[in-house]
Amino acid sequence: MIREADAIVVGGGLHGCSAALQLALRGLRVVVLERRHVGRHASGINAGGVRTLGRDLAEVPLSVLGMAYWHRLSELVGDDGGFTPCGQVKVAETHDELAGLEKRALAVRSLGMEHERVIDGDELRRRVPAIASHCVGAMVVDGDGAADPYRATSAFAARARSAGAQILEGEGVVGLERQPGGWLVVGERGRYRAPVVVNAAGAWAGRMASLAGDEFPLKTRASMMLVTERMPPFVEPVVGSVGRALSFKQSSAGTVIIGGGQQGRADLDREQAWVNVANLARSARAAAALFPVIRQARIVRSWCGIEAETPDRIPIIDHSPRAPGIVHVFGFSGHGFQLGPVCGVAVADLVTRGSTTLPIAPFSARRFAAAAKAA
Amino acid sequence: MSDRPFDLVVIGGGPAGLAAASQARQLGLSVALVDEQPAPGGQIYRAVERAEAEGRATALGEDYRHGLGLVRAFHECGATLFASHQAWQVEPGGRVFATDGKASRLIEGRRVLVAVGAIERPVPIRGWTLPGVMSVGAAQILHKTIGLVPDAGVWIAGSGPLTLHFAAEIVAAGGRIAGILDTAHGRLPETALRHLGGVVRGWRYVARGLGYLARLRMADVRRVSGVENVEALGEGRVERVRWRSGGQWQEAPASGLLLHEGVVPNTHMTMAIGCAHDWDEAQKCFRPRTDRFGMTDVEAILVAGDCGSIGGARVAECRGRLAALGAAASLGVISAAERDRLAGPVEAEVSAHGALRGFLDDLYAPAAELCVPPDDVMVCRCEGITAGRIREAASLGCRGPNQVKSFTRCGMGPCQGRMCGPTVTATLAAALGMTPQEVGAFRIRPPLKPLRLGELAALADAEAGE
Amino acid sequence: MFRKPPEAPDAVLVEVEGRPVRVPPGASAAAAALIAGLASTRTSPVTGEPRAPYCMMGVCFECLLVIDDEPSQQGCMVTVRPGMRIRRQEGAREL
Ligand SMILES: Cc1cc2nc3c(=O)[nH]c(=O)nc-3n(C[C@H](O)[C@H](O)[C@H](O)COP(=O)(O)OP(=O)(O)OC[C@H]3O[C@@H](n4cnc5c(N)ncnc54)[C@H](O)[C@@H]3O)c2cc1C
Ligand SMILES: Cc1cc2nc3c(=O)[nH]c(=O)nc-3n(C[C@H](O)[C@H](O)[C@H](O)COP(=O)(O)OP(=O)(O)OC[C@H]3O[C@@H](n4cnc5c(N)ncnc54)[C@H](O)[C@@H]3O)c2cc1C
Ligand code: FES
Repeated sequence: MIREADAIVVGGGLHGCSAALQLALRGLRVVVLERRHVGRHASGINAGGVRTLGRDLAEVPLSVLGMAYWHRLSELVGDDGGFTPCGQVKVAETHDELAGLEKRALAVRSLGMEHERVIDGDELRRRVPAIASHCVGAMVVDGDGAADPYRATSAFAARARSAGAQILEGEGVVGLERQPGGWLVVGERGRYRAPVVVNAAGAWAGRMASLAGDEFPLKTRASMMLVTERMPPFVEPVVGSVGRALSFKQSSAGTVIIGGGQQGRADLDREQAWVNVANLARSARAAAALFPVIRQARIVRSWCGIEAETPDRIPIIDHSPRAPGIVHVFGFSGHGFQLGPVCGVAVADLVTRGSTTLPIAPFSARRFAAAAKAA
Repeated sequence: MSDRPFDLVVIGGGPAGLAAASQARQLGLSVALVDEQPAPGGQIYRAVERAEAEGRATALGEDYRHGLGLVRAFHECGATLFASHQAWQVEPGGRVFATDGKASRLIEGRRVLVAVGAIERPVPIRGWTLPGVMSVGAAQILHKTIGLVPDAGVWIAGSGPLTLHFAAEIVAAGGRIAGILDTAHGRLPETALRHLGGVVRGWRYVARGLGYLARLRMADVRRVSGVENVEALGEGRVERVRWRSGGQWQEAPASGLLLHEGVVPNTHMTMAIGCAHDWDEAQKCFRPRTDRFGMTDVEAILVAGDCGSIGGARVAECRGRLAALGAAASLGVISAAERDRLAGPVEAEVSAHGALRGFLDDLYAPAAELCVPPDDVMVCRCEGITAGRIREAASLGCRGPNQVKSFTRCGMGPCQGRMCGPTVTATLAAALGMTPQEVGAFRIRPPLKPLRLGELAALADAEAGE
Repeated sequence: MFRKPPEAPDAVLVEVEGRPVRVPPGASAAAAALIAGLASTRTSPVTGEPRAPYCMMGVCFECLLVIDDEPSQQGCMVTVRPGMRIRRQEGAREL
């Protein structure tokens, strides 16, 4: 038996669930096919940073619009996803770095946006008393913050379900067949048909695209995280750094969660990723350099998540260039969690109206056409 | 930061690791042995040299003193010993990271043998987090290392050979045991009949068990059989112990309660490495998949002893030797034919010492209520998560331990899921009507033990030239 | 719950919660806390309940102690040294 739907979403990460929610709210019959379980991959295990700060200029407009969804997450999905607007801070350790931040703030302002602000060393120490004494200043965004990634993703899934979407877990997509008026999606357990298929398959989105006949020059990122035992509260905002790969935040439980993009090893076939200690040590070193107080904190666990990366490190959010009815949303290159809620709206626009007024022009799928042909 | 690469790095200095190291040296391999204890010996032969020097070893039994020979042979074999070194990560290809508590070092091996032994099965009962409730193994460690013995009012509850062995050991050393609450529900005569062949071949072990019982009877240690629903009660500390037997609730004052329901393979390391594991229904635990020489499905990684499958000390020793043969052959130091020739007699020994295993597994299989405790019992001691919360997570759609962990924080504390992992798997399997194999286990990630952040950072300092 | 061990001539003098205690050489810090008679050795940072060593072999992490001013040390895995200062760990560790 073939199950019929108005739209099929491949991938039950935040992007898949967010798209499914928006489509369901517009009255479409939506089926989400998730090979493992909702939030199993990047969306459930990322650093939870909800950050407009320091993004690629091409992403800034969408990201800033996307912030509104986080501040009203309860209205949208019935749970705040653990979001707290604790602010994000990007620390400069030298005056050169600080000058770089000033320049960046100007560039953002010239786009007509005021959210990024540069602060001096004194204000930095007021906001982040535990910061190493040599730090000279920082860029801050007050409305930014952090959320609980698994909880937020689960909340989108639950809300999508209650809006009528069907989320089938344990169903991996193994084939796509073009048929008159749409696509036959072949799963490990069943078959599904719809006029539109949304490719939100995260690290595996390139493979999904291939099934539809699209080739993109993607790499796989395997970003690592580590977490400490519970500590007394000592840092409020999420802290990043200009000169080091670092994201540093303390959870409500008191554990300190450290990331920043140091790479482990990914195995797409086994759907696993492995920590690399030498690289993990660099994360620890970065954290200890900015927060000397945590040198003695005990690391309890580390982990590694996988995701697709594009050559220019900004995503693809677009119709397929050659396969009508396929909508791609992937390639977030290490920072797509914050974009999840707003991207659902953009994808729903693409599906139901063919286009969107949201600023997604830079994320065209065609920009890699030349590269793909050359490859 | 790295020492020279060894042909074989052995992690764990119990009978398996010690025998492997000596055997590998005999075959000409360069060997390093890493153990987190200050001295080699493992669980069974813990502190055997100290006990011997202090004149306490003989009282601990002939079996215990057997370890002395193993340890001495090891000291003479020419392997490099990294004592008081905890291995916290093994990377495929043979990179072992270990800490001495102050700094970490990288020890590289062309082959790595994981011989980290067993851990006691968690015993989630009401009140097991109260101070004064400990495992039998813990009390035994205190006895072996420093001669500490229980005083008045200490109860033992549980089953398995170790409970009797320990009680007899304590009585012989002049300590006190208030009573033994025997939770074994396998019936001795029937079980023995079912495993008659094994019982006959393993008669030495049976005779030893009967000896313990006789000693306990002579010392007038109270034994209650058919015990269920053991509970520890008290304010801030265990003060009373309560149980049911023959349908009756009973209660007694207690100054301490020692729990034991057998041991399970310590699989954190092989799981973190990514070795394939299978559920062993007879022993109710996961164990790494290996060939006869302990080779796992991950290149260069071997397993021996109780962390591969519970077999006891003598079997562990044999498995250690087999793994050394496997490692040597895979390195091309001996031929496959030579390996098989040397393995023959060792494998015969394994089957002789292992004869009783099926009988023991059956007789001492943990009771269902211990694997799948009632809702109000604390399962994850670190994060304070009850069995009820795990079931609730299952009813909300969690299909495996890792989802439960994301959902509830169960398994996220410093013990990294060692104390709750088996219970979470069993509880979920029961709630979902799935097998433990289908439900799976927590994903284990380094560091295997909590590690000072500065210590990890130091590995990069070295690289940055500081 | 344990009988005071006979005083060995080579006993190690340590400090538990500020009080001097003589323990057998080779004892772990957790064993020293038990010999000193501490009713519990830490409180859970999550539930606030009192806890004490459970496994003595490095598995359960109930024995976390402040040893020579450094918190979160696994007391059962640390061998005593003369003069070692051992304290209970209350809730979440200090910074
Ligand atoms: C360690 C780490 C830290 C990060 N930190 C941050 C941060 O702080 N802030 C931020 O904004 N972003 C962060 N990110 C990035 C962010 O997590 C991702 O961009 C985002 O979660 C991507 O969501 P997704 O839904 O596209 O992918 P995923 O969450 O990976 O979902 C894709 C899903 O598709 C499923 N799937 C794949 N193939 C198939 C198939 N054939 N059939 C069925 N299902 C399939 C997978 O099982 C998976 O569940 C981080 C990423 C990582 C790995
Ligand atoms: C608490 C306890 C008490 C026991 N008492 C007895 C007994 O009295 N009699 C009996 O017959 N059997 C006893 N057993 C069963 C016993 O485990 C086996 O009989 C036998 O010791 C198994 O030998 P092994 O070499 O496989 O492992 P073990 O003897 O357990 O040796 C494993 C070694 O690995 C080390 N290790 C573990 N993890 C690491 C790491 N990450 N880094 C470095 N080193 C590490 C440990 O310190 C240990 O020394 C006991 C088991 C336990 C758990
Ligand atoms: S007592 Fe269990 S880890 Fe120390």
